[in-house]
Amino acid sequence: MTTVPIDETATVAGAVPKLRLAPRHYARALEGIVWREWLRFLGQRGRFFSALVRPLVWLGIFAAGFRFTLGVSIIPPYETYIPYEVYVAPGLAAMIQLFNGMQSSLSMVYDREMGSMRVLLTSPLPRWYLLAAKLLAGVVVSVLQVYAFLAISLLWEVEPPLWGYLAVLPALILSGMMLGALGLLLSSTIRQLENFAGVMNFVIFPMFFASSALYPLWRVQEANLWLWYICEINPFTHAAELIRFALYSQVSWIALAVVVCCLVLFMTLAVLGYDPARGMIARRGGAE
Amino acid sequence: MGSALEQDRQAGVAAHASRRDAAATPALRIARLSHSYGARPALRDVALTVYPGDFTILLGLNGAGKSTLFSLVTRLYAHRSGSIAIFGAAIDADPATALSRIGVVFQQSTLDLDLTVEQNLRYHAALHGLPRRLTAMRIAVEIERVDLAKRRHDKARQLSGGQRRRVEIARALLHDPKLLLLDEPTVGLDVEGRQFLLDHVRGLCRNDGIGVLWATHLIDEVGADSRVIILHQGKVMAEGSVPEILAATGSTTMREAFDAMTRRSERKP
Repeated sequence: MTTVPIDETATVAGAVPKLRLAPRHYARALEGIVWREWLRFLGQRGRFFSALVRPLVWLGIFAAGFRFTLGVSIIPPYETYIPYEVYVAPGLAAMIQLFNGMQSSLSMVYDREMGSMRVLLTSPLPRWYLLAAKLLAGVVVSVLQVYAFLAISLLWEVEPPLWGYLAVLPALILSGMMLGALGLLLSSTIRQLENFAGVMNFVIFPMFFASSALYPLWRVQEANLWLWYICEINPFTHAAELIRFALYSQVSWIALAVVVCCLVLFMTLAVLGYDPARGMIARRGGAE
Repeated sequence: MGSALEQDRQAGVAAHASRRDAAATPALRIARLSHSYGARPALRDVALTVYPGDFTILLGLNGAGKSTLFSLVTRLYAHRSGSIAIFGAAIDADPATALSRIGVVFQQSTLDLDLTVEQNLRYHAALHGLPRRLTAMRIAVEIERVDLAKRRHDKARQLSGGQRRRVEIARALLHDPKLLLLDEPTVGLDVEGRQFLLDHVRGLCRNDGIGVLWATHLIDEVGADSRVIILHQGKVMAEGSVPEILAATGSTTMREAFDAMTRRSERKP
């Protein structure tokens, strides 16, 4: 197949001047996308609360049972012996973001959201920007959920320093974007992941359990070296560690580097996946 | 009777010819466009033009390729062959300019049912970068034109099918596009709802000079003033004014002409 030179149609007399997208246009679109997500959040408060119950069940029941079988020695960023609840709370915060990222990205494609995706993608802004804005809007909601979770976990004496609550914000945004971009990537490439149960089994559970969210990795290393390698390369481990250190006003540079690199990688691949010229949507004929 | 039809035909041809001369740049120009899903061809060497101010009907049965064509023109998919230009701006080389000139109503509703009418409109205006004050003005104007000003604070879910369509048309026009694409907009609507939509959109062509591409499988939506493009099995079988198409097939009604065109292609695939 050949492509006809653009000139054939582009040089017609009276053609419209080339549109230059102003920074204000970008800002307005971002504002609109976040605002819409916020309205949807207000309209679906039930979903918000049910998403909070999940980590609280882990914290209130699982952690209570587990604390006596697993002693946590003094490891950074902690300076004293800590109860298991304190160890597991940042991992559960990351879990909230993992669920949220997968859920919002998948619903983008497969639910009734497909319609609003068209509205989004037929606006004049570049596609990478629209997808990034959509991700960021989802992260805003997941960050709120994490803060609500942290507030309730005070009941279990999960009491990071006050500054930690502020320092954790950029960590939550980065890790939320990274996990959302992963969801977006999956949604654009793997057709079999249409139902959420499949994603639970093949993505969420393996990522969650093979990570430092529930147990320190030195214990995993003692138990099984191969599993330890897997945990170490799991991006979710680094999301959890980034949040854990930030909550104690510290930076885990390795975690930060891994999260940022994964974010860039996943986002690039996801944008390619949604590229009208290359992407999955065009190949499968999604509009028919 | 015969001479009246002849006069009509000549008047129609003359009207279209003068409009084309006046408008140097077509609102939409597609040339040599083909598209396939894997081995299955959906569009074959399609060429068509929509002029500003023209109400152009894209007539075809289900599966003729109408929705594929819409997805290519709005760049949901990229075309790999041929060219698509909106007011001279190529959709692949300069999507921002091209998309800023298009308003689109897809076959399936794309309203967010949990948001109010006004919220849906504001979201769209933000995506198109309209400043806040202009947004409020444009919403007031467009919602009034589709006679839904009183419903602006209702959730989209509470509206009837016809009202939702009207909101979608108001939304598609917020950023003042000069090309409006509608994919089977009257599907599922009652007679009254259909007539409102047809009258409203014809008015947009007449009064605002908007070029409209209206895809449908309903032959009775073709009016005397329409330009018609017949799409069948991914190919354009005919393009022209109603009198032109009737003359080309020697038919007296559009249904006869359509049947003749589509039968002919089935004999010679």
